[in-house]
Amino acid sequence: MKTFLRKRAVASAFSLIGLVILVFFLSRLTGDPTDLYLPVDASAEARENFREIHGLNDPLLVQFGRYVWDLAHFDFGMSIRRAEPALDAVLRGFAWTLQLAVITMTLVTVMAIIVGSLAAYRVGGVFDRLATFFSLIGASAPDFWIAIVAIVVFSVGLGWVPTSGTGGWEYWILPIAVLFIRPFGLILQVVRGSMISTLSSAYVKTARAKGLKNRPIIFVHALRNAMLPVITVIGDQAAALLNGAVVVETIFGFPGVGKLMIDSILQRDFTVILAAIMVTAFAIFVMNLLIDILYAVLDPRIRY
Amino acid sequence: MNHLLQVKDLSVDFHTAQGTVHAVRGVTWHLDRGETLAILGESGSGKSVSASAIMNLIDCPPGEIVSGEILFEGRDILKMSEDERRDLNGRRIAMIFQDPLSHLNPVYTVGFQIAEMMTAHGTPKSKARERTMELLKRVGIPDYENKIDTYPHQFSGGQRQRLMIAMALAMKPDILIADEPTTALDVTVQAQILELLEELQAETGMGLLLITHDLGVVAEVADRVVVMNKGEIVESGTATQVYKAPVHPYTKKLIAAVPGEGEMAQPVGGEEPILKIEGLSKAYGAFTALDSATLTVLPRETVAIVGESGSGKSTLAKTILRLEDATGGAAFYEGRDLVTMAPAELFDLRREIQMVFQDPTQSLNPRMSVFDIISEAFVIHPEILPKSEWKSKVRELLDHVGLDASHMHRYPHQFSGGQRQRIAIARALALAPRLIICDEAVSALDVSIQAQVIQLLKRLQDELGLSYLFIAHDLPLVRDFAHRVVVMQGGRIVEQGPVREIFENPKEQYTKDLLAASPHPDPEVQAERRKARMQLEKTA
Repeated sequence: MKTFLRKRAVASAFSLIGLVILVFFLSRLTGDPTDLYLPVDASAEARENFREIHGLNDPLLVQFGRYVWDLAHFDFGMSIRRAEPALDAVLRGFAWTLQLAVITMTLVTVMAIIVGSLAAYRVGGVFDRLATFFSLIGASAPDFWIAIVAIVVFSVGLGWVPTSGTGGWEYWILPIAVLFIRPFGLILQVVRGSMISTLSSAYVKTARAKGLKNRPIIFVHALRNAMLPVITVIGDQAAALLNGAVVVETIFGFPGVGKLMIDSILQRDFTVILAAIMVTAFAIFVMNLLIDILYAVLDPRIRY
Repeated sequence: MNHLLQVKDLSVDFHTAQGTVHAVRGVTWHLDRGETLAILGESGSGKSVSASAIMNLIDCPPGEIVSGEILFEGRDILKMSEDERRDLNGRRIAMIFQDPLSHLNPVYTVGFQIAEMMTAHGTPKSKARERTMELLKRVGIPDYENKIDTYPHQFSGGQRQRLMIAMALAMKPDILIADEPTTALDVTVQAQILELLEELQAETGMGLLLITHDLGVVAEVADRVVVMNKGEIVESGTATQVYKAPVHPYTKKLIAAVPGEGEMAQPVGGEEPILKIEGLSKAYGAFTALDSATLTVLPRETVAIVGESGSGKSTLAKTILRLEDATGGAAFYEGRDLVTMAPAELFDLRREIQMVFQDPTQSLNPRMSVFDIISEAFVIHPEILPKSEWKSKVRELLDHVGLDASHMHRYPHQFSGGQRQRIAIARALALAPRLIICDEAVSALDVSIQAQVIQLLKRLQDELGLSYLFIAHDLPLVRDFAHRVVVMQGGRIVEQGPVREIFENPKEQYTKDLLAASPHPDPEVQAERRKARMQLEKTA
């Protein structure tokens, strides 16, 4: 297990380094921030001054070297736009996104497992057909469309919840509901398929021959075995949310890391872009590690 | 008189996309306390269906119990509520299955799974744990105090079946149903498991229902036997009666097909060997799978390699074919060393050494037609045959193995198991090989089909002058087919010689054990053998 963790950590460190290089140079391609931050009629001297302050005058490789040096000291640089350390801005946004992702994925996982298992127990029954129908719609509908329709119906039309922004719990309802739909549809399908095959497995036959009731057969014997492929998809979907649910956060004016990333790209706020990507990449690394550990916990045959 | 369990006029249908299958029709049998009833049948005979009906394991739909009743202590369990039936399952009637690995849940400890049988029927947890310990000790799990908290994959095949037995007997059931309990096991392990079942039956007085395809197993343990064919009972009686004086033609055919009764082959005359293996070894790291094997195969000779799982017999075959690289020794095919041969030469030589695998369902590509499968050999070795002649050659090959040549555009799933193995043989013959390695080539087939495929192999040997390296675990089969026998154990050859010598005068203890453990279909002979085996155990 320890060697496994060490190997994974080393591999991830290399990925992060690659990511830094890639994003650093790619972001420079978006153009010169000076054009964006100073008025069109700013004097050449003012422009020069701005460039000097933000270190944009040095050759690109020197800039990169300086960035890596600072990074090695856990200094992600100052945000051009916000006059605060880039990391602070990112962590603030990430905290929002993390909350949103954790709440949504918890709901999705619990609901998808219960509904998917019950659907699998009576394949072709009314419940199964309804669940399959709605999950297919959920998995196929684009989230920007659902978000807009939800705002039109529930906020503008019925006035039950606010359209966007942050505040009390009522501000969370629509973003969570919209983010819920797609992963729920997808994961439900995977749970259902996986449960159908485990329910027809030989050990479930043994469980029936033992005289077990239906509930332990489904939720003890079948479910734990069925969870392995499900976890993979859950991890995948959670990673998408951690990346910042860009579209949904933007539509609902939710101050998460996804919205921050889009804003900082538009604002050519290079340090924030880089910090945001590094933080989410690290989060995804941690999550994948958790999933691998969860595999081994669920299935004693898996040992690292 | 009321029997403990009585199945009366039971008919079960399965409604499939291809139409309704009458799995069993009007089946009637009974089982009393303390006796062993065997239901004997080949695959598709419906031998397991009545047991599944008893345990409520038939899914309805697609299954449908059309008629009949199942009386347990005089009450029809088919008329009971789901809860009542659940209460019977495990507590009064328990079941064990073939392939214990897939029938044990891989993610829970064996202790949990055995104790669950008891807690599900109301035993308190601590009591269940205590009793689980007793059971593990009784079925002979070594180091059971620690093993109780380990998982099924950490046990051997025989131990897993012992675990299943411990679980099944936890509630001291009145009836134990054993569905092919020893089919996946080695003969020596099979003998131990059957012995354990008999001991436990004597202790508890339970009725034992044994479902099997193996006349030897019937002879070893059954008091009475019911023979099934195509969903119907064709014959029933005591085990000795049915074996000695079968009435129904199907039973007669079945008994005649059992190998191990025919004339043993004479040794093949002394020509230059076609294959000569000298000190061939294969190690995986520190583990030696094959330890300096030395043997020869003459032209037109069948050399059987027998051994239990893990004996290294398949490794030997793979190393000869260079599917695995040897770590030592040499294998001369007509004087040329296969082990050190250059890839180009090896490619040409592979034409002359072909292989037939155990499971034709898995070794034939399901997306290729029979024509594609057989003619693929000519695609790989294009210099053999111009494309215009492929069709006539495939037709000829199918004729040769006794298949209808007009079926060449069908796919493997449209054939039966025996026919599929014939396709695999035709595929091996396509390149006109001189040596065919058969790796458990008939093990997955029913006895009557097995006999036909062996006949085919013999005929092809006579007609085409083939040599066979015949890897098998089934001794009676080897006795009928091989010229010479090589016995392997733990990666080493322990004994080899002409078939008559090995079977009539084995020298090594392991060979003796193996022969003693292999069940004979005649209950009287089997009783004698059992005595001999007990004797061996005592002296050992």
